[in-house]
Amino acid sequence: MSRKSADAFRKISGNSGALRPSKTAQSLAPPLVKFFTNGLLRGAADVTSANYADETMSESIEQHAAYDSKVEGNIIFTQADAAINWMRKNSLWPMPMGLACCAIELMGSASSRFDISRFGAEVMRFSPRQSDVMIVAGTVTYKMALAVKRVWDQMPEPKWCIAMGACASSGGMYRSYAVLQGIDNLIPVDVYISGCPPRPEALIEGLMKLQDKIEKSESSKEHFKSEKTA
Amino acid sequence: MISSLTTLQDRFGESILEVVEFRGEQTLTVDPTRAKEILKYCFDELAFDYLIDISSLDNLGTEPRWTMVYEIYTMANRANHHLRIKYDLTEDSKADSVSDIWPTAGWHEREIYDMMGIEFNDLADHRRILMWEGYPYFPLRKDFPLAGRPSEMPDVAFTEKAPLAGGPFVTSSTSATTVHREPRSREID
Repeated sequence: MSRKSADAFRKISGNSGALRPSKTAQSLAPPLVKFFTNGLLRGAADVTSANYADETMSESIEQHAAYDSKVEGNIIFTQADAAINWMRKNSLWPMPMGLACCAIELMGSASSRFDISRFGAEVMRFSPRQSDVMIVAGTVTYKMALAVKRVWDQMPEPKWCIAMGACASSGGMYRSYAVLQGIDNLIPVDVYISGCPPRPEALIEGLMKLQDKIEKSESSKEHFKSEKTA
Repeated sequence: MISSLTTLQDRFGESILEVVEFRGEQTLTVDPTRAKEILKYCFDELAFDYLIDISSLDNLGTEPRWTMVYEIYTMANRANHHLRIKYDLTEDSKADSVSDIWPTAGWHEREIYDMMGIEFNDLADHRRILMWEGYPYFPLRKDFPLAGRPSEMPDVAFTEKAPLAGGPFVTSSTSATTVHREPRSREID
């Protein structure tokens, strides 16, 4: 590490003297990932004990982070799951599966009065390949059912599904030969929203529930598990 | 408007079986064999240029089973006259398509075929209109359960029986007492 960059690190870490990991970093359980705010994830630190000495820390920084604060900005220490989930939950791109009147409320939620973009979900994608969450808004007829399933299958993992309103959740008032009795007969649903149709506030609350769910998920574990099994 | 009715009666006489007039609405029941001829005459000579609707009734349990109902309207000469023409149809016979008279009839007749299963002579495009090709039932028939029946068309669509939980509670049309007419769960199958 050059003298200049070491000085810069001291300045950022708030310790004028020795290099010492911050309190926050110490309190977090391993495995730790050095997560740089400029978006680059450097290699995971293979430190298994929280009681690392100053020497170890400075050494690992010399090894892994030739660090230039002017270019690379500040350092945040966090867990992989926390970082991944934070990114995922705040930029959900919905696939609007608008099939009936619920779709009008979905449009209302996206518009200025309710503004779903406050929760990072304003990027409605009509291409399933760019979407994270399918919002099934409306009556799923048997004629449409397999088309919905097909669109769902085209969405890349990780993906979630919100069943918006009575029809998508259970068939609603259509106890009929023509209507699928809930989209959960075909695809797994994460959040059900009641209402006929639900108000935009209800949709937004459903979205926040989904964000809570994503926040609690073990994204990195699932990621490595799927890599092993693949 | 009276004149169009009298003209029809003069022209077709015996073929007009019944005339019902109720609060200015005129309903003719006509001979099924001459029905299309009468409808064509209404369009050609009496300027009934607007076909409002075609519908069909299922008189399950009585013969003949089907009743076809044509609602026609004239806007010519500001007459604004509405006429309803009905005829009965036995289960094994086909209706005559009127899509060569009113092109809009094509979709009405496709819907009647889709929902009731009544077929039409000379209908150019005889596909189903709402359900998919290959769906084996005609769901508006009286002997089709409201809950539906299971079916399967691989890669196209499937249906399941809807859970009705004891419902729906429907009346039965009967001349018997109110005890028989009372709304009750009436599941077929």
